[in-house]
Amino acid sequence: MKAVLASVLARLVPAEPADAVVPPSGHTAWLTSFTAGAMTFLAVFALALSLASGCLADRWSAALERTATVRLSAPEDQIELQLTAVLGVLATTPGIESARALTDEESRALLEPWFGPDLPVETVPLPRLIEVVEDGSGYDGTGLRQRLAAEAPGAVLDDHTRWREPMAEAAARLRLLGLLSIGLIGAAMAAMITLAANASLAATAQVIKVLRLVGARDAYIARAFVRRFTLRALTGSAAGAIAGLVGVILLPAAQPAGGFLTGLGFQGAGWLWPFVLPPLAALVAFVATRAAALRTLRELT
Amino acid sequence: MGEYRAGNWVGAGRPFMISFDNVAYNYGGGELLSDMTLRLAPGSFHFLTGPSGAGKTTFLKLSYAELLPTAGHVTLFDRDVHGLTRDDVAMTRRRIGVVHQDCQFLDHLSLTANVALPLTVAGRHTGEGDLADLLAWVGLDKLSAALPPSLSSGERQRAALARAIIMGPDVILADEPTGNLDWEMSLRLLTLLVELNKMGKTVLVATHDLNLIRQAKSQVPARVLRIAKRRVQLSGADL
Ligand SMILES: Nc1ncnc2c1ncn2[C@@H]1O[C@H](COP(=O)(O)OP(=O)(O)O)[C@@H](O)[C@H]1O
Ligand SMILES: [Mg+2]
Repeated sequence: MKAVLASVLARLVPAEPADAVVPPSGHTAWLTSFTAGAMTFLAVFALALSLASGCLADRWSAALERTATVRLSAPEDQIELQLTAVLGVLATTPGIESARALTDEESRALLEPWFGPDLPVETVPLPRLIEVVEDGSGYDGTGLRQRLAAEAPGAVLDDHTRWREPMAEAAARLRLLGLLSIGLIGAAMAAMITLAANASLAATAQVIKVLRLVGARDAYIARAFVRRFTLRALTGSAAGAIAGLVGVILLPAAQPAGGFLTGLGFQGAGWLWPFVLPPLAALVAFVATRAAALRTLRELT
Repeated sequence: MGEYRAGNWVGAGRPFMISFDNVAYNYGGGELLSDMTLRLAPGSFHFLTGPSGAGKTTFLKLSYAELLPTAGHVTLFDRDVHGLTRDDVAMTRRRIGVVHQDCQFLDHLSLTANVALPLTVAGRHTGEGDLADLLAWVGLDKLSAALPPSLSSGERQRAALARAIIMGPDVILADEPTGNLDWEMSLRLLTLLVELNKMGKTVLVATHDLNLIRQAKSQVPARVLRIAKRRVQLSGADL
């Protein structure tokens, strides 16, 4: 696989003459490919984590539609009285935009999934539901509960979606951490490749000295190393990306019950993101090796 | 009104290949070479002599910007080496062919590739025929595919000379090119250097072989620079 890719690349990027005069430098070759591969493998998961938690954060934020419900159960003769009281309390609560009692039809529609379409709303004592819409500035839930308890003892405030708020925040934080990890992985790879390039340059010091003596410019010598390390990083990273993708594919599919963990994968165009990693790794290798080569050449001769 | 510079009476303003002005060099353990002033005029032939350790190789390294003087100024083709960037140094070396004391080959490349190395790194190409002619001129045409470690010292020295001149340099510097060659081979190498000088190249040969110098003087008007007491002096004609 890697060999095939390497040969394809070799044809796409024809060998420089500098490649022929600078001998290959043994063990740093596999070190670079391995590092790029391992780092890309990790980056694929960081990317999956980042994209999945990003999705989740968006989904959960959207779910926080800033709505709440007040459920009112009371004896038949008190219900209208308490309903008026509840609506009065809600109307005077800061942070609440509007409140509206649902009609019987709407209540039935809400309950249908649980009790079926033939629910005899008239005979079963159903709680009245009041839909509350916040205005975005937020309201004091505890205070509202106390006032409702005082004015309409049968009313229960149910701000069911509020628990998701910290979750959405956590998911957003997780996405940030994922992106940060990718950045760190890239930086670690740059550091490793710099070390490998320096070792390779040091091992080739004698050759470099001769090349300088016969009039080679630094850029010419650097190019041989830069080209080599870039190709190694590209092939290693491609292998790592494929391995990482296989790993993600083999994860269990997303299930509602599994929640976040089983949703760790790519969706739609998200599958294209891992393919950005190898060119990115090659770019990192290019920049790191070039900087290392030009600096080390100055030190060597 | 001209002035006397090593080798020639020259008119003022005439460009020199290599100029030293009050040059000193110090590896760190005291000055090895001090207060050297001399000019190498185009087309001149010089020998540089002095006992082993006198600083001949150091002098040559100053002449191709491998070392920078610790005092004074070295001027190569009218440019002070202190003002040269690394790229300028590379370009300057393409105009100065050097036969290094230890040849400095790349052992993983064939003789031909080694000889053509200056062209390769300059991104230039030469015809196969030109390269073969050059190898034939130094008598190495049969060995073009050989690797440097398999060559005799005479073959290495001639290959080094071929590499030194492949770019058509203006100046040829040779550091003890006959150091470990027998007399016959030394004469052969000298003949090549004399031929190059007659083609107009400026030649400077570091050697402590006085017989070689005497032999050369019968062929070209060579001058002798001697390093003594840390200074370079123009030697008398009594060799
Ligand atoms: N890189 C170096 N560092 C320190 N001393 C050196 C170095 N190269 C040469 N020398 C010293 O400088 C002196 C002159 O060396 P060199 O120029 O090679 O002399 P020559 O070529 O005339 O034999 C010697 O004593 C040598 O030991
Ligand atoms: Mg010497």
